[in-house]
Amino acid sequence: MQLILEQFPIVIRSLNIGFLQTLKLFFVTLIGAFPLGLVIAFGSMSHFRPLRYFSRFLVWIIRGTPLMIQLLIFYYFPGLVLHTPIWGSGERGRFLAASISFILNYACYFSEIYRGGIQSIPVGQTEAGLVLGMTRRQIFFKIKLLQMVKRIVPPMSNEIITLVKDTSLSRIIALQEIIWAGQSFLKGSQGISGAIWPLFFTAVYYLIWNGLLTTLLGYLERRLDYFK
Amino acid sequence: MAILEVQHIQKTFERTQVLKDISFSMEKGQTVSIIGSSGSGKTTLLRCLNFLERPDHGVIRVNGETLFDSADPAAGGEREIRRKRLHFGLVFQSFNLFPQYTALQNVMLAGQLLAQEAPDYKARKKELLLAIEQQARELLGQMGLSDRMENYPHQLSGGQCQRVAIARALALTPDILCFDEPTSALDPELTGEVLHVIRELADKETTMIIVTHEMAFARDVADHVIFMDDGTILEQGTPREVIENPKEERTRQFLARFHQETR
Repeated sequence: MQLILEQFPIVIRSLNIGFLQTLKLFFVTLIGAFPLGLVIAFGSMSHFRPLRYFSRFLVWIIRGTPLMIQLLIFYYFPGLVLHTPIWGSGERGRFLAASISFILNYACYFSEIYRGGIQSIPVGQTEAGLVLGMTRRQIFFKIKLLQMVKRIVPPMSNEIITLVKDTSLSRIIALQEIIWAGQSFLKGSQGISGAIWPLFFTAVYYLIWNGLLTTLLGYLERRLDYFK
Repeated sequence: MAILEVQHIQKTFERTQVLKDISFSMEKGQTVSIIGSSGSGKTTLLRCLNFLERPDHGVIRVNGETLFDSADPAAGGEREIRRKRLHFGLVFQSFNLFPQYTALQNVMLAGQLLAQEAPDYKARKKELLLAIEQQARELLGQMGLSDRMENYPHQLSGGQCQRVAIARALALTPDILCFDEPTSALDPELTGEVLHVIRELADKETTMIIVTHEMAFARDVADHVIFMDDGTILEQGTPREVIENPKEERTRQFLARFHQETR
């Protein structure tokens, strides 16, 4: 017990640094995947067949294979197979490769949520708008968009919560996020070795962050509760 | 002069010909009822008039202006079609109100968006929006919904929703107001209140085309009844002619149950 109290400040400092990297990957993924997902969603609904097939093929590949393998391929493939290391060395390169993998992976999941949201709005809404002399643009922004947002908030919340925990997969390419930081005390770091509790303690960070997100997303859901 | 002339309208979906040479005309202030079994093409005809479907063949004229002519390939882009469809209003079977807007907002929205296109919109914004709101409140009052204006569609009964939808269509002052089975989604009690407001509109000489399965209502309200069967107009005339004394065997057959009930 005495030992843990002595180790605590050192461990917390490392975990905080690791969690900062976790948060960075989390936000970068969301900022990239929200718009890219919409692009893929429109692609998979396109009337232009090659684009539609390509979008659906991409979604099939990305959703059909583990994110961990995608991370490994994105990180190692350019350097080891193509002999053109595009990511650069060190933490910067690892973060770049992880960001690209996560954005692409989550964009594919988001695209299916968007597609479901758009296609679930009854065609009668569009027709009512047309008959009232509205343009396609007005119909999308004034009528369909908010109904779509309302419908996608719950499934989106699910994905966002999953993303928080999925960031830990970037440990596989040694990105120095919170799991990596916790694990370092097992192998030995800053005079502490063989300590397993820091690794377990990382769970507290995930729990608190997900608690905050759940509250925030629940609030958003309630704000949109005024219509059905 | 006829307010509406429809000539030789044809429409085919895939391989099914839904409308086979439909022609009729109506006068300003008239109410026309279209009756017939499901699948006879009634709804498709209304959708063609409102430019939700494009006929393969035929001519549509309103007040002498040709809105659609299949022989004229320059049928117009989206902008043209938008302007043309404002000659018609359409009330749907399933209301199709916008759920995120209140009853009042539902009635005002289209008018507000159209007003933005006025050249002097910026200068007269306040005045224009006020006029739109005033008109919307008046219309909802006419529909007996003065105390429901701030309610969202999910807080309203089916009958109230349909009355909001009627007000919404009237707000753009269409030349011809079309109803596509306006009471088919309502229970008998709510049907009454919707038919009541349509009857009031008929009394005020609103030009209307009503697709309906309410035979008694069609008989009482319509000036002219059209019986459609299998994509054609099989019989048309006054309600007395078509509903009380149908000439065609198929019309008699269709109306048999109605006459049995009223006998």
